[in-house]
Amino acid sequence: MPRLKELGFVIGLVIVGVVFVAAVIGPWLTGHDAFAQNLNARLIPPFWMEGGSSQHWLGTDQLGRDYLTRLLYGARISLFIGILTVITSGIIGTTLGVLGGFYGGRIDDAVLFVITCRLSIPVVLVALAVVGLVGSSLTLVVTTLGLLLWDRFAVVARATTMQIRSLDYVNAAWCSGCSPLDIMRHEILPNISSHLMVVCTLEIALAILLEASLSFLGLGVPPPLPSWGLMIAEGKDYMFFSAWVIMIPGIALFTLVLGMNMVGDGLRRAFGTQVIK
Amino acid sequence: MTAILDVQNLAVRFGPTLAVRNASFTVQKGETHCIVGESGCGKSVTALAIMNLLARNARRDAKSIAFAGQDILAYSDRQMEDVRGNRMAMIFQEPMTSLNPSYTIGSQMTEVLRRHHNTTRDLAEQRAIGLMQRVGITAPQMRLGQYPHQLSGGLRQRVMIAMALMCDPELLIADEPTTALDVTVQAQILRLLAELKQELGLGILLITHDLGIVARVADHVSVMYAGEVIETGRTADLFANPSHPYTRGLIDCVPVPGKIKPGEALGSIPGTVPVMKDGFSGCAFRFRCPQASEICTQAVPRHEVGPNHLVQCHLPSRQGGAQ
Amino acid sequence: MTRFIFRRALLALSVVMTVMALAFVLTRLSGDLAISIAGPGSTQADVEVIRKAYGLDRPVLVQFFDWTRLALTGDFGNSFFFKDKVSNLIGQRMPVTFTLGFTGLAVALVISLPLGILAALNENTWIDRLVSLLVMVGQAMPSFWLGLILMIVFGLQLGWLPISGTGSWQHFVMPAIVLAFTAVPALTRLMRSGMIEALGSDYIRTARAKGLSRSSIIFKHALRNAAIPVVSIAAVQLGFMLGGSIVIETVFALHGVGYLAWESISKNDFPVVQAVVLVLASIYIGLTLVSDILNALLDPRLRGA
Repeated sequence: MPRLKELGFVIGLVIVGVVFVAAVIGPWLTGHDAFAQNLNARLIPPFWMEGGSSQHWLGTDQLGRDYLTRLLYGARISLFIGILTVITSGIIGTTLGVLGGFYGGRIDDAVLFVITCRLSIPVVLVALAVVGLVGSSLTLVVTTLGLLLWDRFAVVARATTMQIRSLDYVNAAWCSGCSPLDIMRHEILPNISSHLMVVCTLEIALAILLEASLSFLGLGVPPPLPSWGLMIAEGKDYMFFSAWVIMIPGIALFTLVLGMNMVGDGLRRAFGTQVIK
Repeated sequence: MTAILDVQNLAVRFGPTLAVRNASFTVQKGETHCIVGESGCGKSVTALAIMNLLARNARRDAKSIAFAGQDILAYSDRQMEDVRGNRMAMIFQEPMTSLNPSYTIGSQMTEVLRRHHNTTRDLAEQRAIGLMQRVGITAPQMRLGQYPHQLSGGLRQRVMIAMALMCDPELLIADEPTTALDVTVQAQILRLLAELKQELGLGILLITHDLGIVARVADHVSVMYAGEVIETGRTADLFANPSHPYTRGLIDCVPVPGKIKPGEALGSIPGTVPVMKDGFSGCAFRFRCPQASEICTQAVPRHEVGPNHLVQCHLPSRQGGAQ
Repeated sequence: MTRFIFRRALLALSVVMTVMALAFVLTRLSGDLAISIAGPGSTQADVEVIRKAYGLDRPVLVQFFDWTRLALTGDFGNSFFFKDKVSNLIGQRMPVTFTLGFTGLAVALVISLPLGILAALNENTWIDRLVSLLVMVGQAMPSFWLGLILMIVFGLQLGWLPISGTGSWQHFVMPAIVLAFTAVPALTRLMRSGMIEALGSDYIRTARAKGLSRSSIIFKHALRNAAIPVVSIAAVQLGFMLGGSIVIETVFALHGVGYLAWESISKNDFPVVQAVVLVLASIYIGLTLVSDILNALLDPRLRGA
């Protein structure tokens, strides 16, 4: 049955690819400005619904802004936050994990303790508190999530480093007089990178979901930036009459995260990574 | 003597691979029948096939598998469940992992008796204690409340044997029961099996790769190669007059004190057991056989080389032709 | 066993202490607290009064140790916004969050255990694939969005359940389902892999050789061993769910600790925020401790150690 499982990976890749391309070039192609308000054209439904307009394929929001353009712009924000967060958290987590796994002993105990502390912190609550108390901005959301979501990187990097640190080629590097830093950079990192790739995709998905949650609660990406979570929050007041306002950004969010997870799952199976959660 | 188990033309396939083909042998009441062969020859699969415990992707075929005169081949899963553990019991190679780590010895032993016979917990425990004593477990009362991890490998295998005897089976199938154990414990377990056979009139089907064990405990031997029984006979006859080149090769591999001198090479059979696929014909051993010839690619006949001593090889007919 | 518990408890305690420091630092991130409390349009004199009143004029370390000392006795100071003791506020809201958490966990277990077992029994068939598809969907579903959809369907269109608030047990149904949904994927996966491992083990072959019935093999012999990790992970999951309930409580306006935290964050009510972070983290740490102990108690191999 491996054929079917690869199919999942391919579908995921297609989804992510389409969203990526749409995010990069989409907002320029719709012929609308994501921020231009038009109070005379508020809450126009999408084209397939009654009262829809060919001008606005996915309708307009409560301020008359073109929904499709905002959706595509929102994809940019989601991917931007997802990728930047993972770069931050990946560096923190991998450094900690490799150090702990490589040296063992006291250093590893310390790393484990830091991981345990991190796991005991409720992520959403703390991220909300930071953004809420400091003031919301895109940079702050990325920094906060990056500082919080490194745990899986650390766990996987630590476990895989432990597995290979006593292998022959690492011993050979020791014998040829390499420094610990050289060994970590040239022997360990390249060999655990496939497992880190798996964590990367899964964490991007998680970061995108968390950003949406924060923005939905009003403490993430500040308006008027069109984050999908924020779009859902803004549409919430109208959802009982026009459910499509929350369905469209919700489906976009769901699909992107699903695609990302499918890619991650495919990679996980291919590399045999054990992801603990 | 009556046969407790008679297997005729058993075949087991996993997809296109034939793990067992055309295996036939008979186990008599009160007798130990050994199936011997290299790893991968299909002997364990044969044992599981008799119990109908094969994995889901395996297919079992046979002319007949007669157990105490009944053909169990046609039995439904339900009927087979009633036979297993009751009239036909089995012990395995891995005593360390064959007991459930989450239940006490007592619970696992009494469970099998209460499954097959209407009995109280107390009576079942009484029987468990009695049997544990019989198989040489000290302080059986205490063992009832213990968990498998608290017991040594030898003790666990004794528990497995006692558990197998709970329902007074007519046939005991033992799949390499001593392979994972120390040599001294091995000897004790084998002696125990021999005694039980005497005492209870039990038929034992013992699967092993060790000719030393065969020589010590078997009344009857079947030698398996690439899924086939290639020679079968009484132990004494087979060792005195091994008629298949493979059997001779196997016997030559066993060091005999006094006969093999230091520095002298032990016998060995070059190559490995081939994997059998559909459409194979002729003798499977011909690739490794020192006496192979043209004729070995053709269907192999069975010869009776002595009373109850059968061999599946072209050699006797070639020699017969020469005479 | 006692030594094991003692060591784990010691570790838990030091984690709690670290989290305390973090919670304290967290609320100092916004800069001058006195200004944010005083709010816009207040004079310098107002700020100075507030600074004195809340003890914010003292050195930070003194403030920290003061807060720690009192927090350990259960006194988290007073809320600016609610004009009440923080411990009272949390005490009042905790039952709601706990009810939500436990119901959510129960629902999650009721869904994921049978699903995981079903998938394991039908490994590599379409049933198994359907279950893993459900798991994927569950992982990708934003919980707040699912909450809104349920509101539209069950609250508005079908009119079966109240849309928001805390009044009756009906108010807990949708939030509990949404919260359960966040734990179902992990628990289902764990149950499935545990069950597959158990079913392939030697002791299951023994059980079959004993002639036991299929149901006894699955539910007595395999499930007992496969369930051990699931039960202990369930405790950890409960901790996650309590921490994550903030989103769901806010969506459904369920007045639990999460909702309290959300209100306090938007009001800059830092004593409440740091207390809630500390309390939820401590509960999580406590639950992981419980999880370790449960694991050791359920597995006879660890019990004696």
